[in-house]
Amino acid sequence: MAPASSSSIYHIPHSLPLDSGQALEGAQIAYETYGTLADDKSNAVLVCHALTGDQYLASPHPITGKPGWWERMVGPGKPIDTNRHFVICANVIGSCMGSTGPASLAPDGAPYAMRFPVITIRDMVRGLVALLDGLEIARLHAVVGGSMGGMQALSLAANWPERAARVLVIASTARHSAQNIAFHEVGRQAIMADPAWADGDYYASDARPDNGLAVARMAAHITYLSEAGLTEKFGRRLQDRDAKGFGFDAEFQVESYLRYQGSGFTRRFDANSYLYITRAMDYFDIAEEHGGKLATAFAGTNARFCLVSFDTDWLYPTAESRHVVHALNAAGAKVSFVELSAPNGHDSFLLEHDQLDRVVKGFVE
Amino acid sequence: MSLRPDLAAIAAHVAPGSRVLDIGCGDGALMAELESASGCDARGIELDGELVERCVSRGLSVVQGDANADLANYPDKAFDYAILSQTLQTATRPDLILDELLRVGRRAFVSFPNFAHWRTRAALMLGGRMPVTRALPVSWYETQNIHHVTVDDFRDLARLKGAAIERAWFFANEQQIGAPAANWRAEFAVFELSR
Repeated sequence: MAPASSSSIYHIPHSLPLDSGQALEGAQIAYETYGTLADDKSNAVLVCHALTGDQYLASPHPITGKPGWWERMVGPGKPIDTNRHFVICANVIGSCMGSTGPASLAPDGAPYAMRFPVITIRDMVRGLVALLDGLEIARLHAVVGGSMGGMQALSLAANWPERAARVLVIASTARHSAQNIAFHEVGRQAIMADPAWADGDYYASDARPDNGLAVARMAAHITYLSEAGLTEKFGRRLQDRDAKGFGFDAEFQVESYLRYQGSGFTRRFDANSYLYITRAMDYFDIAEEHGGKLATAFAGTNARFCLVSFDTDWLYPTAESRHVVHALNAAGAKVSFVELSAPNGHDSFLLEHDQLDRVVKGFVE
Repeated sequence: MSLRPDLAAIAAHVAPGSRVLDIGCGDGALMAELESASGCDARGIELDGELVERCVSRGLSVVQGDANADLANYPDKAFDYAILSQTLQTATRPDLILDELLRVGRRAFVSFPNFAHWRTRAALMLGGRMPVTRALPVSWYETQNIHHVTVDDFRDLARLKGAAIERAWFFANEQQIGAPAANWRAEFAVFELSR
């Protein structure tokens, strides 16, 4: 997959140092902006996207044609109001929607593939900070993110504390748990078990590891939902048939739904990017970066924080948010936290939720 | 917006510019007053998610949590004042909460409904029923008040905990009243403590 993007491109004018000790030369960041940057550049809000998200926050996705992934939250008069704020959303490095990732061409003219260095969440944020430097935005009005986006927001606050006045972290965590890592490993193994993956060197081939990537997406998708949500949406209902067929087609609606999610995903996402980004998330542990104590990571911060969790999110459960809140309290930071009730598990942050809207609006305003 | 009398008494006696933790901050009325009128840095803890949402949407820093468990995460003397308004009687262990209050705050304000007010006594003594009064409007089976306390009980607890009572205010009929016979006369009490 060639990196496709109609977005603005920022060419990072310096080598981007990475946590691994390696560096990325000539990296670029694809980004979208909404609203107008104030003369004093004080109204910038950076929204960070999740694992399979991208910069198409509030504008149609160029491949799927679907609306932006957080269009209900970002726009004129919306909770993150583009009449007031200049909203930036950038594709993270390692991804595949225009920012430098494994599908991009290395300096030798061939795709990086598995030669792409293993990156971390902090490396992604290094890329975002480089973009902010390029846009000459010294201090964000707010950084906002859900899921992996929340990890980036926390990482920015911990490592570049002067760069954001407000930090809003939704359905996220300061570290990946064993269970989180385990699910990601299932996804990676599914991709790498696909013969078409070819050790990651499939860009010149007609065959893509779509089967593996689809299975990875299917497994992950289950973790974004709740048991009650799945039951309500699908129950044990059959798809396009009245009786069990005693075979292995997608007989249940939930199977059909997952297959649809899996195959749709392969149209817009690069399998190697999935490997690299899940690995970055698994490496994520802010406390570990700061001597083992999470409170140390936020010592001396003068940003205001707000954390939001959902009661049915078992991927990044409320306890993970509380863990961050306790560390922020110990660091003396200004922090708010609320657990919202929602039926749809981790994905709730992307769905209709009036209380979430009010919290986001009140905090970001 | 006019504050409840016990909150108004607290608001009037928090030094401007202080760091304040309001435990059981409700909709954040006291915090908002302290931030806007006294330039305080106010933080809150509230159990009810809907109240927390209201606080956050008005720009206050409030954490959804349970005072019984969450105070332990704050460092010693992190605040100039720790405030517990109308919450002591709902705590699992009021004595331990008081310890925590005096640990995280240099000073503490505690307000509570006085169970020894004459109306309460009358309801119990003459009516033979758990009192439902202006100050304690909820029936025994629904009330969150699991540790009713009187002015004299609280004084004893403060002494037991080695806390000095710096000041006290008493209220009946929404008015401040004098200290004499407060254990009979006060519907609500506010104490300022230090240790």
